[in-house]
Amino acid sequence: MEWDWSAVGDFMPQFWDGLLVTLQALALGSLISFVLGLVWALLMRAPSRFVRWPVGVVTEFVRNTPLLVQLFFLFYVLPEWGVTLSALATGVIGIGLHYSTYTMQVYRAGIEAVPPGQWEAATALNLPRVRTWQVVILPQAIRRVVPALGNYVISMLKDTPMLMVITVLEMLGQARLFAQEHFQFTEPLTVIGVAFIVISYLASLLLRSLERRLVR
Amino acid sequence: MTSGLWELVFKGIWTTVQLLFFSAILAAAVSFVVGVLRTHRLWIVRFLAGFYTEVFRGTSALVMIFWVFFVLPPAFGWQLVPMWAGTLALGLTYGAYGSEIVRGALKAVDPAQQEGGIALSFTPWQRMRLILLPQAVPEMIPPFSNLLVELLKGTALVSVMGMGDLAFSGNLVRLALQESAGIYTYLLLIYFVIAFLLTRLMRGLEKKLKAGVGKEPTREVKVPEPVGGGV
Repeated sequence: MEWDWSAVGDFMPQFWDGLLVTLQALALGSLISFVLGLVWALLMRAPSRFVRWPVGVVTEFVRNTPLLVQLFFLFYVLPEWGVTLSALATGVIGIGLHYSTYTMQVYRAGIEAVPPGQWEAATALNLPRVRTWQVVILPQAIRRVVPALGNYVISMLKDTPMLMVITVLEMLGQARLFAQEHFQFTEPLTVIGVAFIVISYLASLLLRSLERRLVR
Repeated sequence: MTSGLWELVFKGIWTTVQLLFFSAILAAAVSFVVGVLRTHRLWIVRFLAGFYTEVFRGTSALVMIFWVFFVLPPAFGWQLVPMWAGTLALGLTYGAYGSEIVRGALKAVDPAQQEGGIALSFTPWQRMRLILLPQAVPEMIPPFSNLLVELLKGTALVSVMGMGDLAFSGNLVRLALQESAGIYTYLLLIYFVIAFLLTRLMRGLEKKLKAGVGKEPTREVKVPEPVGGGV
């Protein structure tokens, strides 16, 4: 195997572009998954089973089917329905929706872990329902689940290369482009492979320190 | 959809099932070997096994697949059949996740069991085989069940390399029909059914194994471990 350092140098500008897109997709995807996951988790606590049942079925379905096919679905079917979005926006929605079905379970566990005394105290203080959620339950629940949510951000990072299939030029997309132009596969693919390991390692260190501060 | 196109889809299902089967076997083998080695008494063995886990968990499955398809052949001068390349990439990646499950389950066995084995002067291998694994394996089944579904979802990635699995056949059908809502809905449903069957299968296996050590199966799997979370 011959390793060509000059190819690495040539790839670098494209690598930074790809990294930027990857991080953008990651940030937006995380945001969507955090918000949607919370929405699902709250809907699953709705009093009516006509709300709980469909939400349960839909999220179970999304969680158990491949993100890749979901991305194809969004990318090719949404335009047929008259919704045109950019590739990146489609990808971000796809990844956010997919992971929201995971974060919803994290939130659920967090909400269930709030001691019943907190609910009773809120009732005793005559707090309205919305206030109870806002100032008593959610702050405690979310604090507990931050590390678990962070783990999903890391797994989301590792799923961002899938956005390549819907023409988003994130890291893997850039690497493939470079490889096809220069006919050098080894260097760009290895560079991004190492980049993924480094980023996820740094993120997990960050997460561990966050965990120490939040969960006591 | 015509019957010819359906045939294409069925071929895709067959390829996906085959790939799932082979990579699940490889992943299980890797998980047990690496997971057990991570409890080895020599630090260098533990370190190497841990290093393997960090590297393969740290990178993305799709990048891994690209690497196996494009970097390995020129580096070593041999080319793998797509099925084996896919099996290798998926098996090694998901095996790294699985090794964490094995390690966790081994650690969760009551230490008194280990000590009992030492007191009876069992060799380390006997302790592993006769005491630790029979108690740890049933506990591994629920997380392994989640991982198996993740692996099923992972098999769709090989379609990017042009391997004729279910997702790939879906793309062909879309090109043939110039219409995507129908075929992708079918694809998602088929994947969902396979995932459902796998979960049922694992539930049955858990029941059987736990009956063997006198335990009740867990009623519901709570939060699935984030696959690929953390390093």
